[in-house]
Amino acid sequence: MKLLNHDSKATTRIASYEIFRTQYLNPDGSLIADPPAFTKDREQARAMYALMLRTRLFDKKAVALQRTGQLGTYAAVLGQEAIGVAIGHSLADDDIFIPGYREYAAQFARGVPLRAILQYWGGDERGMDYPAGTPAHHDFPLSVPIATQVPHAIGVAYAMKLRGEKRVVLASCGDGATSKGDFYEAVSSAKIWNLPIVFLISNNGWAISMPSHRQTGAQTFAQKGLAGGINGEQVDGNDVIATRAVLSAAIERARNGEGPSLVEALTYRLHDHTTADDARRYRPEAEVTAAWERCPVKRFKAYIEAQGFWNQADEDALVAEGTAAAEAAAQEFLKLKPAAPESMFDHLYASLPKALEWQRDEVAARGPVQGAH
Amino acid sequence: MARTVQKSGVLPVPNITLIEAVNLAMASEMRRDPNVVVLGEDIGRNGGVFRATLGLLDEFGEGRVIDTPLAETLVAAMAIGLSTQGIKAVAEIQFSGFLYPCVDQVVNHAARYRNRTRGRMSCPLVIRAPNSGGIHAPEHHSESLETTFAQMPGLRVVCPSSPARAYGLLLAAIRDPDPVIFLEPTRLYRLFKQPVEDDGEALPLDSCFIDRSGADLTLVSWGAMMHDTRLVADQLAEEGISAEVIDIATLKPLDMATILASVAKTGRCVIVSESPRAGGWASEVAANLAEHGLLSLFAPVMRVAGYDTVMPLAQLERSYIPDTDRILREVRKLFEMAPK
Repeated sequence: MKLLNHDSKATTRIASYEIFRTQYLNPDGSLIADPPAFTKDREQARAMYALMLRTRLFDKKAVALQRTGQLGTYAAVLGQEAIGVAIGHSLADDDIFIPGYREYAAQFARGVPLRAILQYWGGDERGMDYPAGTPAHHDFPLSVPIATQVPHAIGVAYAMKLRGEKRVVLASCGDGATSKGDFYEAVSSAKIWNLPIVFLISNNGWAISMPSHRQTGAQTFAQKGLAGGINGEQVDGNDVIATRAVLSAAIERARNGEGPSLVEALTYRLHDHTTADDARRYRPEAEVTAAWERCPVKRFKAYIEAQGFWNQADEDALVAEGTAAAEAAAQEFLKLKPAAPESMFDHLYASLPKALEWQRDEVAARGPVQGAH
Repeated sequence: MARTVQKSGVLPVPNITLIEAVNLAMASEMRRDPNVVVLGEDIGRNGGVFRATLGLLDEFGEGRVIDTPLAETLVAAMAIGLSTQGIKAVAEIQFSGFLYPCVDQVVNHAARYRNRTRGRMSCPLVIRAPNSGGIHAPEHHSESLETTFAQMPGLRVVCPSSPARAYGLLLAAIRDPDPVIFLEPTRLYRLFKQPVEDDGEALPLDSCFIDRSGADLTLVSWGAMMHDTRLVADQLAEEGISAEVIDIATLKPLDMATILASVAKTGRCVIVSESPRAGGWASEVAANLAEHGLLSLFAPVMRVAGYDTVMPLAQLERSYIPDTDRILREVRKLFEMAPK
């Protein structure tokens, strides 16, 4: 569009942009194009599928725990599992992942125990103390205040660059988060220092009750990278092959000093926003039914079956094993004793200021308070 | 005042302003610790709008002296990201009124990462900003924000009141393993000089300073208002009233022990604060005195504070900011109620 609608030489085109979308798998699992090499590796393909299905089985268990009063509000990942799997299979161990709050598959891949996610939503800070010796130990914890975690990537990546490390930061958020200034300030500044960052937007169609088109008038979320001078692309986020391929390419670009990228992964939130939400208030059921046709688990399963990598016996075994793992995590979580009440003072500062000692002592002397939850 | 003694046999200790002391502390710590970086708007080539970072770019280079885009949320968030990786980030926000976009980042993240990860992560950062009024600055440049941050768990809030304290406390703030909000008294930036030796010695955080000892009255303040408070103590001394002057310096966590010990001795207390009166940090001090010091008091604890109004623009700011007249008026009330 030109504001001055004439063909005068006064107005010339100074820039133009393209947005690309990548998809390898049709919803039925058939191939659109020859896929990347990793898809030919039987063990890798099986591992990716296993992580996706295990995450779905965990998610089901977590929702069940909440519905039976055994877990606090929980944000389900149903329908979006492929994105976490792709993150988990793209980042190197010493890269840093800065998540929003729905990328459990990536967190599991990086060493977060299933139990820890339940602890977090169950109201226990210890669920963010990811185990030493795993990549998750240097990752960020879940972040609830929307988009606020995204600009942390600027500082983290700057530190890597300052130290001459060949590491990468992946910061993820949802479509709603792109409306916030924190997101824009990060995207707008990343290219200034050519930082090794991948911004990932999981566009699941809904920000609680508002559809994506109520977040922005832009045709895509990917193009939000363009204003910051960085490449923005779309990928079918329910196609784990495409998502891993695109993320891996963005990560390697960053690692090789070619700077930041932005990836918009198109997916769909099949569940309510959280267990405290009822999407029937604002979302047509027909839309959800149609979205199930694009389910990432079904799609990748069809692909690996067609490759001869997977059969019904494998499926039965994985369902049994994943269900048992989720159940074991639930039991482990439910058996944990709450932290000592005075532990709320333990990590407030590196060492507790003298002025606060009496408050800690008062809480400790009182002991656990029953009936609060 | 502390730290004015000149060591024999060395060059004279330079007499410097508070802003020069801030600059000296950053330069000194950047020389000592290669993990220290500074960031903010116009802090590199320009040396900062108050010149706090003058010369740092030339000495330490672009990698460690980071001119950021004009985005305060980003400045705070970038400092957080850096600090989680063990880089000591010293961020400058140009004026106090521009700290508000940082509040979300500071409160929801900087102050919480250590706690919410059970010590797995931490944010050893400093956010420096000029604070308070009195320099005829434009709108949004003169606010006193210490209470906004002092109320928040997980932070330290430090308000220096002299060149020597600015140097020693800023060194301590940079070395502290937790986030520190360092609010510098704008109108003291160039008001007076003090000999400050670049000896790399930090002053203690979390402790009040007893500026001078006295027997009849305790005057408590911090930051810019310390100047008027000291003048009031001078005036009272001429009248034969011996005032003990306490510089709180670190507002959060608050060292009430020193204040209570002083009031136990004097029985009278006036707290001087530029930030708004209702729910301000003077109120926190007064509440603690009511709880723990009541039996030592000969008279009520009085607050002299900014009014509960929007900080006026330059023409009326002198009517807002407490001054020696307003402090003396409250002091005189105390001695009328409870004569010496």
